[in-house]
Amino acid sequence: MTNNIINVTGFRKVYGDFVAVDDISFAVARGEIFGLLGPNGAGKTSTLECLEGLRQPDGGTLQIAGVDPSREARKLRGKIGVQLQTSGLPETISASEAMKFFCAYQGIAPRYDLLDRLGLAEKRGAAYGELSTGQKRRLALALAVANEPEVLILDEPTAGLDVASRVELHDLMREMQAGGTTILLATHDMAEAEELAGRVAILLNGRIAATGSPLEITATGDGLTKVSVHTEKHSLEQVNGSFPGVQQRALKEEYVVYFSSDVGPTVSALINYVQAHDDALVDLRVERPSLEDRFLEITNAGGKK
Amino acid sequence: MTAFTNHATIEMRSSLRNRQLLFLTYAFPLGFYAMMGLVMTQINPMFTANMIPAMVIFAAMIGTLMGLPDPLVNARDAGIFRSFKIGGVPAINIVSAPMLTTSLHVIVVTVIIVVSATPLFGAPAPSDWGWFVVVTLASLVAFAGLGVLIGVVSSSSRATLLWSQLIFLPSMLLSGLMMPFDMLPSQVQMFARLFPATYAMDAYSGLAYGAETAFNPLASVALLVAGGLLALVLAMLLFNWDRNNWTARLQPAFGLLAILPYVLGMLLL
Repeated sequence: MTNNIINVTGFRKVYGDFVAVDDISFAVARGEIFGLLGPNGAGKTSTLECLEGLRQPDGGTLQIAGVDPSREARKLRGKIGVQLQTSGLPETISASEAMKFFCAYQGIAPRYDLLDRLGLAEKRGAAYGELSTGQKRRLALALAVANEPEVLILDEPTAGLDVASRVELHDLMREMQAGGTTILLATHDMAEAEELAGRVAILLNGRIAATGSPLEITATGDGLTKVSVHTEKHSLEQVNGSFPGVQQRALKEEYVVYFSSDVGPTVSALINYVQAHDDALVDLRVERPSLEDRFLEITNAGGKK
Repeated sequence: MTAFTNHATIEMRSSLRNRQLLFLTYAFPLGFYAMMGLVMTQINPMFTANMIPAMVIFAAMIGTLMGLPDPLVNARDAGIFRSFKIGGVPAINIVSAPMLTTSLHVIVVTVIIVVSATPLFGAPAPSDWGWFVVVTLASLVAFAGLGVLIGVVSSSSRATLLWSQLIFLPSMLLSGLMMPFDMLPSQVQMFARLFPATYAMDAYSGLAYGAETAFNPLASVALLVAGGLLALVLAMLLFNWDRNNWTARLQPAFGLLAILPYVLGMLLL
């Protein structure tokens, strides 16, 4: 028996002559945060909207929380929570009325506490049309999680949010994951995906270009590790000679920056050199290639890496 | 039922905060009623006899044909229906809640007209209040059904205005609201039977005022209810959740079938 709560097999979505999603397959385990990454037009929203039951797939099979969303949309509603990328509410409805409205349709008591938690306590009585973009997104999120869904689908959840709201959202996501909720997250924000997602899939031109944990994906690239060194006497600035593994070198303010394909020997050689030349380290930083670096590498290569 | 009651309550509160809707449902029909009472009763004393039903039908047409469709189009285009679908709101509730609240607004206007028309303008009160209520409700079903159908099938606000005016203007001129129906040429009378306002005026005259009518007023009531329910069924079949994603079961042209009961009325009554 599989522990996957989302199964997508051979999924295809076509708009006229345009193939938005072309035969993709992936699975998401129960309790996992799974990131769906990709540039605009990659097929993320089409995939999510078919999983949400808003659109019909043109091929393949989709299953979410034991339900086929294309056939059992009504049954799906009690099992998933969705924050759409583009949606709306009536301009004159207040935040607390919206909460009461949707909770009534879910057959649950209104979760006004979520409005407070997401920084909308003082906006409970405010009309939707008077809320800022960030407040509208927070309200949409509060409505999405009110029914304590088995699967939470978030499409660009932090777009338009300030830093504090973004941190609060991430805390809420971790808390929900700890409570057993599976989260499917579509985002442009690589740092967010790297921080939160256990696994990600990078979509490009309707196909999956890479999938795995953020660490696995960054490890498979040819990105170089960045080693930045700042010393008291700037002894490294004068040295043009090579250190083991170093492919490139650059000066940036007080730092000498090395791009290494073999970081261990590089760091060891740099420390030895500094000590041998009667200098001392002020700062040394090692930065592995980020998911964003790898994402750019894949997208620039058209998904061929 | 709790969810729908809550939905309708919120819809009612929202409508009370919507100035444009309040203008259409209250200020415009009551202003027109006052103007007609002051001017038309002086110019054409015969108008006074039909003033109450004519003004009630006018208020119902303004509230439903002008007030209902545009918010539906705007809500669909703003992605509100997508949010509703995600939130588990059934399509029937999306169209029936505004039908209900608009009808309640029209009923309030109706009460104001009924209470004031006799003392202010000498308009005769209905002789049968029970039938007056029945005909008013049947008319509201007919007009509100058409209102939501126009909102569901229209691609834009401009299109709602076009469809609404196609029903509203001929109804005003030919259905007996401004001048007696029996004064119209017979061909024009036949054409006027395509509009629910004609049957509403006929039913008011025959059932609520005990006057002679051009055709069977009970059949007129039946046609109004049938027309409203057919329009509602068609609105459900043509309902689209998303402007960018056609999900309706029929193409918009099928909306024209809503005229079918009135065509039958034209041919059979």
